[in-house]
Amino acid sequence: MESLTTPFLIGTSTGAILLVAALGLALTFGQMGVINMAHGEFLMVGAYSAYLTQQVVSNTSLSLLLAIPFAFVVTGLLGLALEATVIRWMYHRPLDTLLVTVGVSMVLQQLAKDLFGPQGDSVFTPGWLNGQLTVLGYNWPYVRMFTIVLALGGLAALAALLKYSSFGRQIRATVENRELAETVGVATRGVDRITFFVGSGLAGLGGVAVALSGGTNPGLGATYIIPAFLVVVAGGLGQLRGTVIAAFAVGIVMAYLTRWFSASMAQVVIFALVVVFLQVRPQGLFTVRTRGLA
Amino acid sequence: MSARRVQSYLPVLGIAVLAVLLLLVAPAVLSPFRLGNLGKYCAWAIAAVGIGLAWGRGGMLVMGQGVFFGLGGYAMAMHLKLEAAMATGGPHAVPDFMVLYGDGTMPWWWEPFRSAAFTLFAIIVLPALASAVLGYAIFKRRVKGAYFAILSQALAVTFATLLIATIMQTGGFNGLNNFTSFFGYNLYDPANKQFIYTIVACLLIACLVIVWQLYRSRFGELLVATRDAEERVRFLGYDPANVKLGAFVIAAVMASIGGAMFAPIAGIISPSDVDATASIWLIAGVALGGRGSLFGPALGALAVGYGQSTLSESFPNEWNYLQGALFIVVLLLIPAGLTSLLPRAWEALRRIRPWRRSKEVQPT
Repeated sequence: MESLTTPFLIGTSTGAILLVAALGLALTFGQMGVINMAHGEFLMVGAYSAYLTQQVVSNTSLSLLLAIPFAFVVTGLLGLALEATVIRWMYHRPLDTLLVTVGVSMVLQQLAKDLFGPQGDSVFTPGWLNGQLTVLGYNWPYVRMFTIVLALGGLAALAALLKYSSFGRQIRATVENRELAETVGVATRGVDRITFFVGSGLAGLGGVAVALSGGTNPGLGATYIIPAFLVVVAGGLGQLRGTVIAAFAVGIVMAYLTRWFSASMAQVVIFALVVVFLQVRPQGLFTVRTRGLA
Repeated sequence: MSARRVQSYLPVLGIAVLAVLLLLVAPAVLSPFRLGNLGKYCAWAIAAVGIGLAWGRGGMLVMGQGVFFGLGGYAMAMHLKLEAAMATGGPHAVPDFMVLYGDGTMPWWWEPFRSAAFTLFAIIVLPALASAVLGYAIFKRRVKGAYFAILSQALAVTFATLLIATIMQTGGFNGLNNFTSFFGYNLYDPANKQFIYTIVACLLIACLVIVWQLYRSRFGELLVATRDAEERVRFLGYDPANVKLGAFVIAAVMASIGGAMFAPIAGIISPSDVDATASIWLIAGVALGGRGSLFGPALGALAVGYGQSTLSESFPNEWNYLQGALFIVVLLLIPAGLTSLLPRAWEALRRIRPWRRSKEVQPT
């Protein structure tokens, strides 16, 4: 049924994908000041991981369940490799890191084209995700709900990791004050590496969700990276709740704008809204308070 | 003259050499086709000089200069399109694609571009206004660094999307092409083509002179100071936002001039010439040449333009790897660009031959 709530549902699941993508970005940006422009391509790698799992395991339910950890680990390792080979040399030049990772994203895109062909491949959804739930007369397709559940699951796991584990405490300490964290014995370089692993892995998780709803294709990362960054910019750094609110807000507003005007007008309006929003809150929704000037 | 004094005038020599190469040597040795290509690279180089100012000296990573390149390019293309239409269909004629895709009515904002004077005015004023409004909103609220870079790239994505979506107003994905004349002069006449090349080469030289003077000025000093320590500049009583805004607006106008010259030389301007990828390409040239130097951005843009149009046609796949590798290698290993290697090579050469040095030192 086409109704006023349809864009809301579409927007919520877009927001969920944006959330998983933006969480990884916000994590690495907040902690190390590193902007990873290849993050969108990590999403693409996650999607192809889901596709590959399906090529090996023919049972769609089993392959989906296997794809989730597989995509997480593959993209996580990719992130780790990127950190170890390129980014570690450039921590004092954050803007250059941004451009270097643009180069990495070009290479990854072309690699995907050469390995899997320029056209997209489809990933089959298991039978139990094909139906839809009808609540109060509104239809909620299971695939979209699965995306939302996956994103919220990733969020909950990350939040628990940050809040309760000793490793999470080390991350939070490093974000708030790197020098002081080092003074009390936190091995910040090691923490950086693992943060990179987790942040990139989350992109892989998002990739699985993208593959389920739209299949794979080599240019997939490029469509998500800019909205994901706008989410990071609007949400602010260092705290998860800003990213969560901004992701769902951008997703839902974009879905309604697409419905009312067109997909391209929606992009234009979202961009304008983010610039206007930054007039009110230049640091984003929430930010860790520091006494630094910058 | 002291050695220091001589060194400060070295750029004049460099600009003069470049002027001779571009204005005298190139037209003499290159075929008209290659000269046209060089003209295209010069158009990119003009935009790159602006990026050198904003990014190299000002520290603002402008990843969306394609937007301003496009403003100038589309403004010029709209005029050329109307010129072509009016030449055949009288003073109220409408560009061909509007009849082809739509009902033949022209949007009101096309109307003033019938005038050549207004078009030239718009090429300067449109990007200046757009960049001033956007820059004011961003810099005054102290949005900077990566935030600024992302916003500028988002702007380029948005701009290209908007162009593609408005096929009836801007020609959509195909852009604007099929120009016949340039301010009344036949575009197919080789003599006129060479003259347009001369204009773009002169504009490039002029931009270099302007930027050279800016770098020597108080403003140039302030810009570098803002890049390196924005808070200190603020504490000294200057407003860094105004300094950055100035550099951003100048860079935008230069990009627009480059775009305006690109349209008649290339014979087309389309969303793919102005989108995020095209903007990244401009950055690549600047990074390769040397962002902070006077000649680096222009030379780098010329080199990248040449590489892009020759290699990408014969090896499209390998070129994609190469362009990625270019970013990684240049930024990782030679962040100050190729031009920074020259003085170093000179130093190394002097060290290899110590006798030259000792000769200089000996009192006579």
